[in-house]
Amino acid sequence: MNKKQKRVLIRILLSAALMVLLHFIPLSGYFRFCLYMIPYLIIGYDILKKAGKGIWNRQVFDENFLMAVATIGAIFLGEYTEGVAVMLFYQIGELFQSYAVGKSRRNISDLMDIRPDYANIEKNGSMERIDPDEVETGSIIVVQPGEKVPIDGIIVEGSSALNTGALTGESVPREVAKGDEIISGSINMTGVLRVRTIKEFGESTASKILDLVENASSKKSRSENFISRFARYYTPAVCYGALALAILPPLISMIFLGGAPGWEKWIYRALTFLVISCPCALVISIPLSFFAGIGGAGKEGILVKGSNYLEALSQTKYVVFDKTGTMTQGVFEVNGVHHNQIEADKLIEYAALAEYYSSHPISKSLKKAYGKEIDPSRISDVEEIGGHGVTAVIDGKKVAAGNGKLMRKFGISCQECSSAGTVVHVAVEGNYAGHILISDLKKPHAKEAVSALHKLGISGTVMLTGDRRAAAEQTASELGIETVYSELLPADKVTKVEELLEQKAPKEKLAFVGDGINDAPVLSRADVGIAMGALGSDAAIEAADVVLMDDDPLKIAKAIRISKKCIRIVYENIYFAIGIKILCLVLGAAGIANMWLAIFADVGVMVLAVMNAVRALFVKNLCPKGIPL
Amino acid sequence: MKKTYKIEVDCANCANKMEEAARKTAGVKDAVVNFMTLKMTVEFEEGSEPKAVMQEVLKNCKKVEDDCEIYL
Repeated sequence: MNKKQKRVLIRILLSAALMVLLHFIPLSGYFRFCLYMIPYLIIGYDILKKAGKGIWNRQVFDENFLMAVATIGAIFLGEYTEGVAVMLFYQIGELFQSYAVGKSRRNISDLMDIRPDYANIEKNGSMERIDPDEVETGSIIVVQPGEKVPIDGIIVEGSSALNTGALTGESVPREVAKGDEIISGSINMTGVLRVRTIKEFGESTASKILDLVENASSKKSRSENFISRFARYYTPAVCYGALALAILPPLISMIFLGGAPGWEKWIYRALTFLVISCPCALVISIPLSFFAGIGGAGKEGILVKGSNYLEALSQTKYVVFDKTGTMTQGVFEVNGVHHNQIEADKLIEYAALAEYYSSHPISKSLKKAYGKEIDPSRISDVEEIGGHGVTAVIDGKKVAAGNGKLMRKFGISCQECSSAGTVVHVAVEGNYAGHILISDLKKPHAKEAVSALHKLGISGTVMLTGDRRAAAEQTASELGIETVYSELLPADKVTKVEELLEQKAPKEKLAFVGDGINDAPVLSRADVGIAMGALGSDAAIEAADVVLMDDDPLKIAKAIRISKKCIRIVYENIYFAIGIKILCLVLGAAGIANMWLAIFADVGVMVLAVMNAVRALFVKNLCPKGIPL
Repeated sequence: MKKTYKIEVDCANCANKMEEAARKTAGVKDAVVNFMTLKMTVEFEEGSEPKAVMQEVLKNCKKVEDDCEIYL
């Protein structure tokens, strides 16, 4: 609790104690009024002051005004206890909500606390702490265990485990060693690292993310706009309604029925009506739900740039994926060995050895698949044939590795591969030995991600890619994506997305997921642009509405689940609060509800709505069923 | 020109009210209140004097929400 909250708490306790005390002292008349004014003013002076200022500034109809009128009215009627109680409980509700907000904020900001305060630089053999802003690109900085990496860079010495949790929501530490690129904002856990910076502080990941969080455009969702419009008309409406309730029935009874006007009874009912109708529960809990929802998503490494995007995300019916970098890793790896006449491992070994001196990505992936140190003395007479492949003598055997053209050149008949990808045929001593399929690897969770989306009720998944048709269709069917458009140029992707946008119903939203590299126009064109693996890609951070901090496509489903939970809470609160209020208003107007029920309808509903809103923050366990996140 | 100020406000709705009030102030092109980080980012119109404008912004915010504070 902060100072302000503590002061309010003391006021609440003090006036509550006085109330109890006064309850047991038999008093009457003017004296009683004066004594009851003490707890009333202790608890309510600031509300009265605010109401007064509101009238002065022509901002009459707000909660303070409602409370002031209701309590003054009650006191005027001699209902001192109730007048003070209304104020007391109102303050309790306010205190509660301010406490809940503070708690949620701390909960969120602790995790967003990635701002590095200093950088260590070595000067003349001793370490010096300086402002990270002053570190020039290319300088060597030292990161000690327990410290935050202040600036993006490449490790030149040392190895360690890095906690990137605040950036990606990933709880498993990342092992890093010399030559690895590390990003600012992650925490060095075990070893001392010497890092050569590759960016300025302002351009580093941590600064950019903080900038994104702090300047998230405050685009309001429809629900929020609805509530602020609602409050604008609602509060004056209930004030006039209460006035009518206080004046009309007595007048009617006096003039037309010739009976007693019963002023007191009707004024009391009107005051009850006022207390019930206070819109705090709505105006406070709806923005709070979005605040908590966006905060909770942030903790999971999903940055949402505004509550309107959270809302759109929850209505997503079509998800369009970019292929390379989004569903696949964009890295080539050996994906299979087919039609081999010799053992698969042996085949890869021959191919890797034959390609030993080549630096082509294909040969790199072969060497990686082989996995062992290569002894160059086994290789001799290497000859590269451009556009075909390579021949070499390995362990005394003549080996040819390359494409179909190479095989035909040597008159070796080869088996064509039916799968998508690059194929390396291998022949040993003039005999065909089989081929190795090298293709872009799917991301580990790509398939689960698509099925999780289908389980969430997404009606269509579409993949856009510049790849050849066969490769694209194969990937799509393996992943379970329904529609695929292949051989597209970047500009075609925009056209395709626009076509899809026109086909769908206006209430259904379309999300585009891309890795941010040359996707920017599509990201901004879609209803919701989701950028994957945004660490480092400026264009993605700029253009996207939702940024997934790590590369895991499962986060798409998670983001949608978080948004659905948040929106459900918002609607629960809207229906719950308005429902209870209408019920109590009817009871109040009919004279069945008294002031105490009114207090519940106001403060009780608000407390419940606030507690429900805070629930939007807890999204840790929102995994799609059966899939661990 | 854009500047960011630290603010103090209790409820999310009050933050929205402040944002609206700040936007309506003369000399302010756009204003965004971030309730999560308790920060107000104000974009000033060409040629306006941020210090003077912010005094007005503070005054207008106080009108709609007495309990708020902007640390200038």
